[in-house]
Amino acid sequence: MGGIPHDNYEPKSNAEKWLDKRLPIVGLIHNVIMIPTPKNLNWMWIWGIVLAFTLVLQIITGIILAMHYTPHVSMAFQSVEHIMRDVNYGWLIRYTHMNGATLFFIAVYLHIFRGLYYGSYKAPREVTWIIGMLIYLAMMATGFLGYVLPWGQMSFWGATVITGLFGAVPGVGESLQAWLLGGPAVDNATLNRFFSLHYLLPFVIVALVALHIWAFHTTGNSNPTGVEVRRGSKKEAEKDTLPFWPYFVIKDLYALVVVLIVFAAVIGFMPNFFGEPDNYIMADPLKTPPHIVPEWYYLPFYAILRAFTADVMVVQFTSFITGGIVDAKFFGVVAMFGSIFVMALVPWLDTSKVRSGRFRPAFRFFFWLLAFDFMFLMWLGSRPAEEPYASMALYASFYWFGYFLVILPLLGLFEKPQTPPETIEEDFDSHYPPKSAE
Amino acid sequence: MFKKTILSALVVLGFGTSASASGGGEIHDVAFSFEGVFGIYEEAELQRGLQVYTEVCAACHGLNLVAYRNLGDAGGVGLPEDQVKAYAAQFEVFDAELDDFRPAIPSDKFGDSQYDGAPDLSLMAKARKGFEGPYGLVVNPLFRGVGGPEYIAAFLSGYSGEEKEQAGTILYENTAFPGGWTSMPPPLFDELVEFEPAADNDVHALAEDVASFLMWTAEPKLVDRKKAGLVAVIFLTFLAAMLYLTNKKIWAKAKRKD
Repeated sequence: MGGIPHDNYEPKSNAEKWLDKRLPIVGLIHNVIMIPTPKNLNWMWIWGIVLAFTLVLQIITGIILAMHYTPHVSMAFQSVEHIMRDVNYGWLIRYTHMNGATLFFIAVYLHIFRGLYYGSYKAPREVTWIIGMLIYLAMMATGFLGYVLPWGQMSFWGATVITGLFGAVPGVGESLQAWLLGGPAVDNATLNRFFSLHYLLPFVIVALVALHIWAFHTTGNSNPTGVEVRRGSKKEAEKDTLPFWPYFVIKDLYALVVVLIVFAAVIGFMPNFFGEPDNYIMADPLKTPPHIVPEWYYLPFYAILRAFTADVMVVQFTSFITGGIVDAKFFGVVAMFGSIFVMALVPWLDTSKVRSGRFRPAFRFFFWLLAFDFMFLMWLGSRPAEEPYASMALYASFYWFGYFLVILPLLGLFEKPQTPPETIEEDFDSHYPPKSAE
Repeated sequence: MFKKTILSALVVLGFGTSASASGGGEIHDVAFSFEGVFGIYEEAELQRGLQVYTEVCAACHGLNLVAYRNLGDAGGVGLPEDQVKAYAAQFEVFDAELDDFRPAIPSDKFGDSQYDGAPDLSLMAKARKGFEGPYGLVVNPLFRGVGGPEYIAAFLSGYSGEEKEQAGTILYENTAFPGGWTSMPPPLFDELVEFEPAADNDVHALAEDVASFLMWTAEPKLVDRKKAGLVAVIFLTFLAAMLYLTNKKIWAKAKRKD
């Protein structure tokens, strides 16, 4: 595992030897649990466990909800209220599932931005990063499909707006949209297929998560210094690492429980804080709500989608050279998916030889600006599509693309990074000096 | 001093910006008994609210998600069983099996709205926002709740008395309603409902009673939820403390702190 030298599992009893010859599963579990982990990991390395926990929580609560839910336009809304009122602890399961989505996205954004700050995406961890991006896309799809199921006003109109994005594809758009919806508009066929896919995608995510873990267990974890674990000998490696069990299991569990305190408080005391009141009104195809807002976790990308209107110069230029095939609507859609695509390409866009942002002062400035830009876009996504928000969203979108496509490639060539420590041990010892040195 | 600065900042940011320029949206915070971590429903208030609903609102609005039996649920309106039966028996429901009307029994629902234009009220307290601002940041809902019941109370007591005719409909000016004009005539007047035992029955008191009742219809498990939340937070805090100590002990040797 990780090419990091460590003790392998040795079957001792005859029963263990018997099984190991036929299915070496105990050895596999041993290797996963005992993986040598850089001992200088900080508290930003706990979000993976939070995410794994949340995925399992969402699947369990989701399966129970599916036992009581009816995917039909005339019964879906009532069946959710039936869960909230008449199913034993239905309210708890439903509110947990609803807010679980929020916890999932808070954790994934912190996880992604941790990766961006510490350069976790760089060689040899590009595949881990790409799989991570696929998981994120699958999460977005699952969250969107799930939000439609309660069949409230925002479910219905959100589904109408988002599937409308596919209608913007030149030529085949309308057919594509009808194919996705199962008809000319969001209706019973849409609700049924969304329910089916909302049940399916989490298991695709489970498979992707297994690959994600497999990939970073092959390369070993990254760490805050960005310096690799020494692999010359087992003795050397042990100076840089500690086994995952018990050191990181207990640390991660502690962090997870602290996160869950906040989670429990949200469910107990303000379960509708992240929701939209309009979703407690049953879907009505004849009544458009005054503001259609997606869930908070889509807002940054929703802002990018809306930023590129027909009066923006790049949009007019693109429209002109493509002979009008790429109009403002399609441009916005491309920009939205593109904003995630450029993030997926970051392993090849970042030219710096130094991995961790800890030793790149100039990079840090642009990174924090990006983090601010993300929050700013999130806020802009919740605002009505009018001035001054429209221009602000345009500038903020430019910075998002500029960071990945211009700043990161150039920064690696021009900045003067500081020198990282030689080894992880050196970094760890500077925080926790050996007794003899005191 | 610090606390004072924070508080005055909050006032400037949010508490003072509830009224919007286009008219309407004037919603004032009400200290409802069910707010906060230890909040519970007050039986007497919900029973008064039920009476206001039955005598006034029910003429037009339905509660199709609520059953008469729910009136007997603990932590809510809390009517004794015989009163639930008696309450239900006042109403007639259509029974498809009998193909005729019969007196309602506790397992029947309150039913749909009597008047087509009137929305169902079961979830109204969760389907409206009281406090949105400032600037779309979430500071207001964080400190004052989403404010659905406050909106209902403000709406029911927010009629100015002005009316106008528009496209054949009479619109009534209302300081809480978005846009400032609503098609619902003022439903409440001072002393419209007489309570037994006697309680305040001016427009504001009636509006708050029925707002509380509608919060209960929207969120009947609120008391259970808050109790469970409190137990969970206490338990998890204890568990976190144990894990903190375990973690410290496990790492002590590696960090040379033993």
